[in-house]
Amino acid sequence: MLGMRGMLLALLMVGSAQAAVTDVTLDNGLRVIVQEDHRAPVMVSQVWYRAGSMDEFNGTTGVAHVLEHMMFRGTKTVPPGEFSKRIAAAGGRENAFTNRDHTAYFQQMQKDRLELAMQLESDRMANLVIRDDLFAKEMQVVMEERRLRTDDQPQSVVYERLMATAYQESPYRRPVIGWMDDLQHMTAQDARDWYARWYVPNNATLVVAGDVKSDDVIAMAKRYFGVIPARALPVRKPQDEPVQIGEKRVVVKVPAKVPYLLMAWHAPILKDWEKDTAPYALQILAGVLSGNDSARLQKSLVKIQQIAVSTSAGYDAVSRGPGMFMIDATPAPGKTTDKLEKAIRGQIEQIQRDGISEAELARVKAQVIAADVFQRDSLFFQAMQLGEYVTAGLPPEALAHRVEKLRAVSAGEVQAAAKQWLQDDQLSVGILDPQALQPQTRRPAVPGVRHD
Amino acid sequence: MIKTFCVALLLCLPLSAQAALTIQHWHTPHGAQVIFVESHELPILDVSVDFPAGSARDPDGQAGLAQLTHILLDQGAGGLSDTAIAHRLADVGAVLGGTFDRDRGGVTLRTLSSQAEKGAALDILAHVLQQPDFPQAVVKREKQRLIAGIREAEADPGTVADKAFYRALYGTHPYAHDESGDPVAIAKLTRGDVQTFYRTHYSAPNAVISLMGDISRAEAEAIAARLAGGLSSAAAAPALPKPEPARANEQRIAFPSTQSHVLVGAVGVARNDPDFFPLFVGNYVLGGGGFDSRLMREVRDKRGYAYSAYSYFMPMMEAGPFQLGLQTKLAQTDDALKVARTTLRQFIADGPSEAELKQAKDNLTGGFPLRIDSNKKILEYLSLIGFYKLPLDYLDTWVDKVNAVDVATVKQAFARHIDPDKLVTVIVGGERAR
Repeated sequence: MLGMRGMLLALLMVGSAQAAVTDVTLDNGLRVIVQEDHRAPVMVSQVWYRAGSMDEFNGTTGVAHVLEHMMFRGTKTVPPGEFSKRIAAAGGRENAFTNRDHTAYFQQMQKDRLELAMQLESDRMANLVIRDDLFAKEMQVVMEERRLRTDDQPQSVVYERLMATAYQESPYRRPVIGWMDDLQHMTAQDARDWYARWYVPNNATLVVAGDVKSDDVIAMAKRYFGVIPARALPVRKPQDEPVQIGEKRVVVKVPAKVPYLLMAWHAPILKDWEKDTAPYALQILAGVLSGNDSARLQKSLVKIQQIAVSTSAGYDAVSRGPGMFMIDATPAPGKTTDKLEKAIRGQIEQIQRDGISEAELARVKAQVIAADVFQRDSLFFQAMQLGEYVTAGLPPEALAHRVEKLRAVSAGEVQAAAKQWLQDDQLSVGILDPQALQPQTRRPAVPGVRHD
Repeated sequence: MIKTFCVALLLCLPLSAQAALTIQHWHTPHGAQVIFVESHELPILDVSVDFPAGSARDPDGQAGLAQLTHILLDQGAGGLSDTAIAHRLADVGAVLGGTFDRDRGGVTLRTLSSQAEKGAALDILAHVLQQPDFPQAVVKREKQRLIAGIREAEADPGTVADKAFYRALYGTHPYAHDESGDPVAIAKLTRGDVQTFYRTHYSAPNAVISLMGDISRAEAEAIAARLAGGLSSAAAAPALPKPEPARANEQRIAFPSTQSHVLVGAVGVARNDPDFFPLFVGNYVLGGGGFDSRLMREVRDKRGYAYSAYSYFMPMMEAGPFQLGLQTKLAQTDDALKVARTTLRQFIADGPSEAELKQAKDNLTGGFPLRIDSNKKILEYLSLIGFYKLPLDYLDTWVDKVNAVDVATVKQAFARHIDPDKLVTVIVGGERAR
């Protein structure tokens, strides 16, 4: 597939009167997507690599994210730290994020500074240098990040352990940040191998949104990224998740004050955006369950029965790997997670048995339509959505027609999706069993200096 | 999929409609302040209504009353139940939100600007602001939820550190206690307490109404007058007391975490302090500029001690905190703290270099357009300008004020406000207090 497609230009007139999206693939396989938006004299530029934690192997979990850190630590011509410094000097904001499906890098700047972003971003696509000494320091940073975001956050630990249980074969069972033991044993060569394997133009998408002209962006992308040769990508194995054949449970005992419950059912993802129906129905279902402050879960569990202090439902239809429909909840004081779980199951059974009302359906759709307009206020979010869709293998049209497809969902389809996908045998349950926090003893190091 | 060359079509797209940000300002007949930017590029209206009803207004012994009152506003109003309110908003796709901190209690609304949707959404906003019912059963429920939320956060070392930091910094000042309040005090609060707090603080003379988006000036006037019209006429809130500078103080709090959360700081400045810009620009160099800052370079890049190391001034109605923070594994707590303190001390003694200051100013001024590139961000500025009584040309002069800062003014400003020998330090994590 290298360089065979030549140049394809697709112009999509987006349904909701949004500006046009231009979608081009350069000769070296780099995909370039431009969303013009002329409200403010700014732009966001994002480079998405189709390489996330799902592409890792056991023993080197977390390497996708480690490489993201190393991407700021110097190339053949740009010394360590210079990338950030130059973007900052130009008034830019920049960072990066790694997820299961992708690693992405972004700069937000005034519109006339796109060239600097492209110059630096194209340079580190091809010329990264991973120094052993800087790698060692960065590994310390990454381990601190893991401690901060996972190890010391009880609910994050529940999520991590539940995913490791719910998935058996899919690489989604591994945490994006990586297991601590793998981080402790990671080498600079692991990061170099990762970079060599995935950081090629034919595994990347450049998304630019803002006060720019598509032609200019594409010409500039050719100038900077077009010269980087394509390289063959390794074969990606499907690693399809075997069907779950019975409920799974995991209990997490960590210091905390309040229990927590997380329920996850295997669910489909959007593959054929025109023909699939269940992913759209499941999105509506999530809205019916918890899309507003008095949606079913909040109303029944928090307001009427008062057995939860908070609860939410979530489902993401767009991903490279298998999907999950999730519900989480924190029990009210004196209530158990057992009782809470029963109440949640009761809510699901009710939908499976009786379906949902037309008023609920209309309400969720009204929210979808309005949210779509509200999202146009954020340039960054627009670019994010395009990047996510494209990296997950969906065309920009899928995004353009998203609202229309959600509006077409019927109450019957929501009920059918609940019946088909929210089954006990497909369910994994994670429970936080709080262990005593150390008594907090406070005393000033120098007695008597507290002012009052 | 339309795969074709449509370059000609691109030329037909509407050209950029760049208008300078024109801020309009007036008072409603009931004395509420209004601040408005008209913008028709998106069919959206954003509203925010703010009151000096943050946690600093909690009466003595009732820490949590301000937060509880704020939470309860949309949980039953004008005879509409909590569910009716949530459903009516969702039916038109509107989003009701809240702002709550030590200074402010506020409500935000985002709605489509089409007539039916906007009308229904504003109707609910008026109910919530003007006629909260505070039903007895709901008060009981929300007290329980608020307490549970506080208990849940006790498992988070960052939150534990933050609470201890404010306590150590502010002593008996109303900024000392946490925004959410104290579980014991919350348990004792009554519906009557909430009603009294509401009537006293959520009044027209206290209100700052910010409007941004797809409405005309005439309509903005009508909306603001209607929102303010049904509010109480309780007099504008008195000024908060001035915080005393904190004395040197170091606390170690035992916590079963893998990291220590380290906070170092001092009482900083108020919103209207003339030193705000020198401190803000100078702090970019110290710890506000992310990867571009000294703290990040010393603590993270050079030594790998922490994922995040930062400093900031949080200007408030009265002097808000200056805070420096990092999180590191238990064994290297003292080393990381030492590096952070040395970095701070050096910066206070020597100030930024000319090159560092230029870099800071280039970033801040060059990045200014990013601060006002969406309706939501502009609304936040309007609310800030209105609530803190900043000059109406605040955004117009922002770049000039940043540019006017030089090395000497940074050094002088830091010297005036931060005494490196009187810092408050809080360390959460580890087996036992030392």
